[in-house]
Amino acid sequence: MKNIPISAMIGLFFTGLYFAAAILAPLIAPYGMAEVVGDVWEPASSEHLLGTDNIGRDLLSRMIYGGRTTIFIATVATALSFITGSVFGLLAAVLGGWADQAMSRFVDLIMSIPSLIFALVVLSVMPVTIPVLILVMGLLDSTRVYRLARAVAVDINVMDYVEAAKLRGEGRGWVIFREILPNALSPLVAEMGLRFIFMVLFVSTLSFLGLGVQPPAADWGGIVKENKEGIVYGIGAALWPAVAIATLAISVNLVADWILNRTTSLKGGRG
Amino acid sequence: MNEQLDYMTGRVTAGKMTRREFMGKAAALGVSAAMASTLFADAARAAGPAKGGHLKMGSVGGESTNSLDPALAASQVPYHVLYNFGENLVQINADGSLNMRVAESIESSADAKTWMFKIRGGVEFHNGKTVTAEDVLKTMERHSNEDSKSGALGIMRGIESMKAEGDVFSVTLNAPNADLPYLMADYHLMIQPGGGMDDPATKVGCGPYMVEVDEPGVRHGFKKFANYWDDSRGHVDSTEILVLNDATARMAALQSGQVHVVNRVEPKVAALLDRAPNVNVHNVGGPGHYVFIMHVDTAPFDNNELRLALKYAIDREEMVEKVLRGYGSVGNDMPINGSYPLFDDAIPQRMFDVDKAAEHYKNSGHDGSPIVLRVADGAFPGAVDAAALFQQSAKKAGIPLEIKREPNDGYWSEVWNKQPFCASYWGGRPVQDQMYSTAYLSTADWNDTRFKREDFDKLLLEARAELDTDKRKALYSKMGYMLRDEGGLICPMFNDWVEATSTDVMGWEPTPSGDTMAGRWSSALWFG
Amino acid sequence: MHPILKLVAQRLALSFLLLLAASALIFAGTIILPGDVAQSILGQSATPEALANLREELGLNEPALSRYFSWLGNALQGDLGTALTNGRDIAESVGYRLKNTLFLAFWAAVVSVPLAIGLGLLAVRFRNRWPDKLISGVTLASISIPEFLIGYLLMYFVSVKLGWFPSVAMINDTMTLGQKLQAIALPVTVLTLVVLAHMMRMTRAAILNVMQSAYIETAELKGLSGLQVIYRHAFPNAIAPIVNVVMLNLAYLVVGVVVIEVVFVYPGMGQYLVDHVSKRDVPVVQACGLIFAAVYIGLNMVADIVSILANPRLRHPK
Repeated sequence: MKNIPISAMIGLFFTGLYFAAAILAPLIAPYGMAEVVGDVWEPASSEHLLGTDNIGRDLLSRMIYGGRTTIFIATVATALSFITGSVFGLLAAVLGGWADQAMSRFVDLIMSIPSLIFALVVLSVMPVTIPVLILVMGLLDSTRVYRLARAVAVDINVMDYVEAAKLRGEGRGWVIFREILPNALSPLVAEMGLRFIFMVLFVSTLSFLGLGVQPPAADWGGIVKENKEGIVYGIGAALWPAVAIATLAISVNLVADWILNRTTSLKGGRG
Repeated sequence: MNEQLDYMTGRVTAGKMTRREFMGKAAALGVSAAMASTLFADAARAAGPAKGGHLKMGSVGGESTNSLDPALAASQVPYHVLYNFGENLVQINADGSLNMRVAESIESSADAKTWMFKIRGGVEFHNGKTVTAEDVLKTMERHSNEDSKSGALGIMRGIESMKAEGDVFSVTLNAPNADLPYLMADYHLMIQPGGGMDDPATKVGCGPYMVEVDEPGVRHGFKKFANYWDDSRGHVDSTEILVLNDATARMAALQSGQVHVVNRVEPKVAALLDRAPNVNVHNVGGPGHYVFIMHVDTAPFDNNELRLALKYAIDREEMVEKVLRGYGSVGNDMPINGSYPLFDDAIPQRMFDVDKAAEHYKNSGHDGSPIVLRVADGAFPGAVDAAALFQQSAKKAGIPLEIKREPNDGYWSEVWNKQPFCASYWGGRPVQDQMYSTAYLSTADWNDTRFKREDFDKLLLEARAELDTDKRKALYSKMGYMLRDEGGLICPMFNDWVEATSTDVMGWEPTPSGDTMAGRWSSALWFG
Repeated sequence: MHPILKLVAQRLALSFLLLLAASALIFAGTIILPGDVAQSILGQSATPEALANLREELGLNEPALSRYFSWLGNALQGDLGTALTNGRDIAESVGYRLKNTLFLAFWAAVVSVPLAIGLGLLAVRFRNRWPDKLISGVTLASISIPEFLIGYLLMYFVSVKLGWFPSVAMINDTMTLGQKLQAIALPVTVLTLVVLAHMMRMTRAAILNVMQSAYIETAELKGLSGLQVIYRHAFPNAIAPIVNVVMLNLAYLVVGVVVIEVVFVYPGMGQYLVDHVSKRDVPVVQACGLIFAAVYIGLNMVADIVSILANPRLRHPK
């Protein structure tokens, strides 16, 4: 523990705080998520710590419940996209040849279709439930991770130490997980932190199209949208969820940076 | 000080002092800016419309798919485009009376079955040709032809035959209709050369302005038509409509002076916008209403007790307060309010009543499973919020509502008029007959509550042919009661038209019959 | 033939096939979507007769496959047809929109790409010190705030309060370059903030990754300064992931700016596509989809080729 730098501590603290709030939402939220408790856009007061939202619900309670949805969906979708994308990306780089061509061109094809049309089509055919939402988001996003993982791995695949391992007769699994993955980890981890943010924003875009989280539940991006009209008249209700997204993003990435440092020093470099 | 002010307002009326000079001098006299602004406006109005200038409007409801064809107009931007370059036989004044435009006068047979429109002489199309009764006939034929794709096809149904003789265009109906002239004010029915048969999307109209720039979904530019017949209209040299679909962008454009007029001010920000120094917010009650509609032929909504339970379980006052921020009035579960002629204001207002709702809910014998209400953000502004409020108030009466948000995309084709319980809106119609025959007649295409009652239809036809207004009013009142107590419509609120102009624009007149002075902002406003 | 040229030729041929596949997929997608163009043109005011008439007129009663192939046949001859909704020539209206989109994307890229890479290099140079942390924090915050919110905040302060730049970024052909640049200043700023963090962080991570290598140590021991080491030795070896992310973001600038277009009322492709998707105007959606697909496939190809060129071992495969 004592080796953790301050920035990582801050990151861990806030990430932990948000996750804890998400898990304990019903216990700590002062009011119900959908309960109308006051007038529209009341300023912050002792009863409503962050004021009320666009139809008079307690903003703090809504954000606590909204965090729950946001963090859960974003975490699972990021994990899904990341695992799928990097496994296939590394595999493509190692296999090369036709397998690589087939996978890469397939990904090009998926990426080349505007994701709006894609999401609309898929989600209008399938029922909009949280698992479907996660699946669609995770798989659509894994194409981006795939490209990056493959690009990094192709570079590493021709390094002397990989050649050496291959000549030693190591299996593909060894080459991927013991030789390439450790050396490809830094860019991938850096990407993971960002992918998480993109997921948070993607959920809210889908909510906006009417395909995301069902009302009266909401995600943070959705709460920003519900209150956006007030912003240019100095009503800050939309800023709070934006601040929440930003601090979550920064803390998740502080943690990612820390892991990045650990992995680079793990490589036995100069630390 | 008063003498000084009088002198100054006199100078303004004489057109010798600009707004900037006036405001500056008034401030020096210690007059508050708001007061000075009012004084200036009065003085400038007294001077009568000034000519010239380039008037810009920011409007919601424009897409890159829009066409100039009047038959296809369905949203706000095409509507305003049409009122810039086109003209009807008649229009509806701010007070609900008829305004003769291309028609100079109207006569009817005693039984209200045959109507004759005398075409005004000397009305010119933008290509220099004179508007004839033949053009009018062709136009009406294009919209009433059963092969037509016109949005006005529905209201042209009752026509048996039409003809043009000399300068008279006459219509014979299947059944008497005392309101026919009002139907001719529909915005699709702009007179086109040859009826637009050869070129439906022609730029040639007979309105006060000519099409100059036509970039659908971006902007539409117009310049004054020099040979326009009516000097009392069209004060500015040129007009422009910018398509500003995003509400915040629209308000910012007005506040930063990039446009002079905006429509669809969100009620939530109207009061806040009004505080801006260079902006006036206008609102006027109209026939438009936001609704939740139930199919009365589909379970569980085929049970009138359940319908009544839901009608009592909605808190109308709260909705007007929170969704419309006071820019509107409560509805009474019928599509008619005081903005219609012959409205019976003695019909008692239905109130939010938890006990009654719970009682009717109990009587309905509903099994307690959640009642699914479908909404989309695009159903009406604030629809999802309104549904959330409905859910909360229904909960108090023990009625479980489940909100299902549908994508905006495809809402009107896949949800509205298909699902048994959903949110929707109606823009309203100029007269009760038209509203009822559009959506509550058994055979109506848009009978979105599936309200099919022979006795109701009979009353409607009887009222249509009734030329005695008192008797008509009594018939309409009966129909109102029927819908309110047995229909599938939950109408929590009538929305005001809320629009805003910059303070240098004069001539605003609140007009209930349509968006932004019913489309006449371009021909009625001027710069002061 | 040189192996690189051969590769490019291969990829070009493949890209063409990909475009075909993409157009088929997009067409299938628009068919699967509920509702059709006739219904959406007439909107809420559709009567059954009007619908039937319009369907007949637009040729929607023909089977989907024959519609696709007749579209394809015309498209291959360079004829994109006319929009079903307003009967305009698609090539002309798309061309105008595409020009605007590329204009905005170009200026956003000109600002953001060098800035992102510069900031990334700077962050590596001052690694774990305050400039690194500051750059990281600011870019992360800017990427995580929904883009329309940044847009509104800028619009409110810069255009309503200060009046420096217009809030409506509408450009047209009668404007001079200077006027156009002034009009797009706000959207370019927002787009820059949105894409900056991604590219900057990838630059930083990729360079840090190679900074551990022995040759960097050698370079440092040679006595090169910190920035020189990064610029001359680390950067070229980290180029593959950076180019990939830069290309992803360039593609985003062309394809994904719908929200910014709506907020700043910019007449670009994004809004145009969304309008036509929601009206189910298949030929226009096809044309736009084809252009977007071409942009993506093209940029990805460039990224792959640059990656290969940057790595000598890939450049000269054994």
